[in-house]
Amino acid sequence: MVRRQPVGAHYGLKDWIAQRATAVFMAIYTILFAVCALTLPEFSYEAWSGLFSAGLFRFLSFLFFLSLFYHAWIGVRDIWMDYVKPTGVRLALHLVTLFLLIGYAGWAAQILWRL
Amino acid sequence: MSKRTVHFKIYRYDPDKDEKPYMQDISVELEASDKKLLDAIVRLKTKDDTLSFRRSCREGVCGSDAMNINGKNGLACLTDVDGLQQPITLRPLPGLPVIRDLIVDMTQFFKQYHSIKPYLVNNDPAPERERLQSPDDREELNGLYECILCACCSTSCPSFWWNPDKFVGPAGLLAAYRFLADTRDQDTNARLDNLEDPYRLFRCHTIMNCVDVCPKGLNPTRAIGKIKDMMVRRAV
Repeated sequence: MVRRQPVGAHYGLKDWIAQRATAVFMAIYTILFAVCALTLPEFSYEAWSGLFSAGLFRFLSFLFFLSLFYHAWIGVRDIWMDYVKPTGVRLALHLVTLFLLIGYAGWAAQILWRL
Repeated sequence: MSKRTVHFKIYRYDPDKDEKPYMQDISVELEASDKKLLDAIVRLKTKDDTLSFRRSCREGVCGSDAMNINGKNGLACLTDVDGLQQPITLRPLPGLPVIRDLIVDMTQFFKQYHSIKPYLVNNDPAPERERLQSPDDREELNGLYECILCACCSTSCPSFWWNPDKFVGPAGLLAAYRFLADTRDQDTNARLDNLEDPYRLFRCHTIMNCVDVCPKGLNPTRAIGKIKDMMVRRAV
């Protein structure tokens, strides 16, 4: 049996833009975070958790983690696509990656709202 | 230029005789008129006529004699033999099946080229003479139409090595943009649809080996960027 190679899954552009958009957001957040952390009145746990108790900062931090995980999803999937050829193994790796990243996102939320 | 001896290390493989490929050390005395690498290989063939390679125009127009020269893809006919470090290591283009010695099977490469419909699609009735373009519109095709399909770029691209059956490759994508940029073409949407896929276009990770090796000085990476730009403009 000749197995034809189907191509044309129309999600290339969306992921390409998402990868760049999340990278830009993470870069901006990193600068913002560095400035905020370096201008803390004192280096103590209270000052640190005070920074994260501000609603906006917590929201931006969570957005940062979501960006990181979405960015990582596209990047890691790219690696599976390049190097893992059997469809079944690849699908399994995709799912493991996806579940891990979703789990990490939940974990990040838990940590942020506990600080 | 006087007579001089040049040393080679050449990838040899004849599937009828050899169990596996091997590197052959061989030297040849060049005549004063032998200036390009191709001249030297042709001279070498008078010494060992079993050596197989493709060649035709011997002036960088046909793209037949693309090979891996000291680790970098290039055309033998455009490469100065005296500028090369010796022994000159010659291998077939990487990533494609070897038919014999320096000759590779380019089926996969041309399959990808054909997949982007490398011809003008225009459903208007043909005019009495040619379809005209303004000089500005014609200018857009410079740096695109000159590709000779030698496959130096695609076979130096890691993304093409990993997915030659799915990723169009730099040569094919340069040709794709050549028709996307052509004001006489009416198939823009279908062409973009054809490429909007995680593999066909977006396997390009801007490694830019293609730009580094193109013997015609073309820039497939820029063309790929312009295709992405068109897709963004279409979608946003």
